[in-house]
Amino acid sequence: MTEEVKMSQKIRQLLVEIWSKLLTLLQGAKPQIIAILGAFLVGTIVLFASGHSPIEAYGAMLAGAFGDIYGIGQTFTQATPIIFTALAFLFAFKSGLFNIGAEGQLLIGGFTAALVGTSFNGLPVFIHLPLALLAGAAGGALWGFIPAVLKAKLGAHEVITTMMLSYVALYLTSYMVNYPLKAPGWVPQTVLITSSAELPRILPPTQLSASFILALIIAGITIYVLQRTTIGYEVRAIGLNPAAAESSGINIKRGLIFALVVSGAIAGLGGAGEVLGVHRRYIDGFSPGYGWDGLAVALIGGLNPLGSVLAAILFGALRSGGMSMNRATGVPLDIIFVLQALVVLFVAAPRLIRYLLKKGGFKW
Amino acid sequence: MVDIVDIINVGLFAGALRMATPLVYASLGGIFSERVGIINIGLEGMMLTGAFSGVLATFGTGNPWIGILVSIIVGGLLGLLHGLLTVKFAGNQIVSGTGINIFALGFTAYMSQIVWGSRGASPNVQDLGTVPIPLLKDLPVVGEILGNQTPLVYIALVVVVLSYIVLSKTSFGLRIKAVGEHPAAADTAGINVYKTKYLGVIISGMLAGLGGAFLSLDHLSLFALGMSGGRGFIALAAMILGGWTPFGALGASLLFGFTEALQMRLQSIGALPSQIILTVPYIVTIVVLAGFVRRRIPPSDYKPYLKD
Repeated sequence: MTEEVKMSQKIRQLLVEIWSKLLTLLQGAKPQIIAILGAFLVGTIVLFASGHSPIEAYGAMLAGAFGDIYGIGQTFTQATPIIFTALAFLFAFKSGLFNIGAEGQLLIGGFTAALVGTSFNGLPVFIHLPLALLAGAAGGALWGFIPAVLKAKLGAHEVITTMMLSYVALYLTSYMVNYPLKAPGWVPQTVLITSSAELPRILPPTQLSASFILALIIAGITIYVLQRTTIGYEVRAIGLNPAAAESSGINIKRGLIFALVVSGAIAGLGGAGEVLGVHRRYIDGFSPGYGWDGLAVALIGGLNPLGSVLAAILFGALRSGGMSMNRATGVPLDIIFVLQALVVLFVAAPRLIRYLLKKGGFKW
Repeated sequence: MVDIVDIINVGLFAGALRMATPLVYASLGGIFSERVGIINIGLEGMMLTGAFSGVLATFGTGNPWIGILVSIIVGGLLGLLHGLLTVKFAGNQIVSGTGINIFALGFTAYMSQIVWGSRGASPNVQDLGTVPIPLLKDLPVVGEILGNQTPLVYIALVVVVLSYIVLSKTSFGLRIKAVGEHPAAADTAGINVYKTKYLGVIISGMLAGLGGAFLSLDHLSLFALGMSGGRGFIALAAMILGGWTPFGALGASLLFGFTEALQMRLQSIGALPSQIILTVPYIVTIVVLAGFVRRRIPPSDYKPYLKD
């Protein structure tokens, strides 16, 4: 046996060892982590195949998202509405409901908050601001209440009704700011809210507003309500096994309505946060799909509030980093939506991940 | 003063038929998927990807028919992906569909910048043109509505009839329904449940891709960012309103196509804000789903079927 053959055998053995170590590590990791890694791996192929350097692109993305104060502010600003919509999705999901209409609830909440924010003059901040936030929550709650009642009383499938109501919300708010409430000028938007309804910016000169803090508080409250209160327990019981919950005396209809109304209120509050903290007015179509992002983020976050916050920050970082990656390297921003979608597709089927890891243990 | 005949005339009905066509394809796609027990929220993304790939292939070959073929194939591949994730890997159907939608939006936007250097729209490509039908086109009223349409409009009507025949008159259709309604019983009866589910969801994707090809190759002859514009979701609504049957879906698509054509007319003369009319399909669907008009019951409980 020559020296060369021996050498190559050794290298081979080493590689196999590293690979199997890596596999054991991955098999032990949370499926969400693997989904994220898998998405970036596929993203690497897409970038490479379209003639861009993946290292350069990801590097610019990372630097853009966390490299300076502006990037960090932008990351958290982008994450904020998604934290709300993820919590909204998650809360309804705990009762077994699929609320895919957080988008509409967010739009309505943003709109009602803008209504209150623009309507009063001369109110003190400590009255006007809470009132505007409350209006946002109420608007979203109403948009959750409609499908909730249709589900509980008439059995209409919430996946379809919440989705359809999102479009109704989109066109309704669009009508309002294109016609009756349109500010002077070309852009379909309301006038600016009065300063007494503004959520303060917490990291000037970035747009990051107190809405981010509010999102974290709501995440905390969500954990508390789900884990520590009777109604939270009932919601989870309904989600786990409706028949068992009913036979133990839980009012299913009441629980479902509660879950979807709270879900809508959380999304509505997210809309209010955008309007009162970032845009300071309602702009037609201000949401680039925060509702759908929320669904993805809640799942990537393992359907728990803390995980959702982290996953939302990942999405925020992708968006914020994606923008500076686009400026620095010319890679189209849309690669980040491809990455997000890939994470969702991997998360959709945990069995796929297990299957791939099993297949990864092939013989060398 | 706007005259009523400026709004309601044969042109409106011809427009309604055109606007209904992509909905017809996609809602038929929805039926094939739901009949085998798989919700296909991803119709929207499959349409968009179909629209993009059709234009890309036409851009490369100069032949829109090749473009249409590619749209169908790419739609079918996305259907297969949805099938793999939800049948083989028993993943959540809503999540998989949502992933496909986000993927389609991002991927087509990304690729259009790579290929054409523009996020907004592709250059114009060869379109299909219209096919005037002799005799029919000379008939009054009917001829003006039906006689001078594009080929994909006619093909849509044919596909409706074909879908009806396949679902109601063939053993394949029977298998499809059996698998959706009662997979365990179908399995016992010797039907290959997984294969049937795959076929259903692949056909679903192919039809959605074709619907997308109509938008890009027939309606506009270019690809524009996010051009499916929620039609995949309206198609789901049409499917429900039509009670999961091909002719029902055709009727509902025509109704929604009509509201869209009406909306465009009213907007062009500034008679009524378009946003109000645009909510009609969604509100109608909610009302129908709530059983206020006639109860619609889905053909399946959509649970993944797992052989141990």
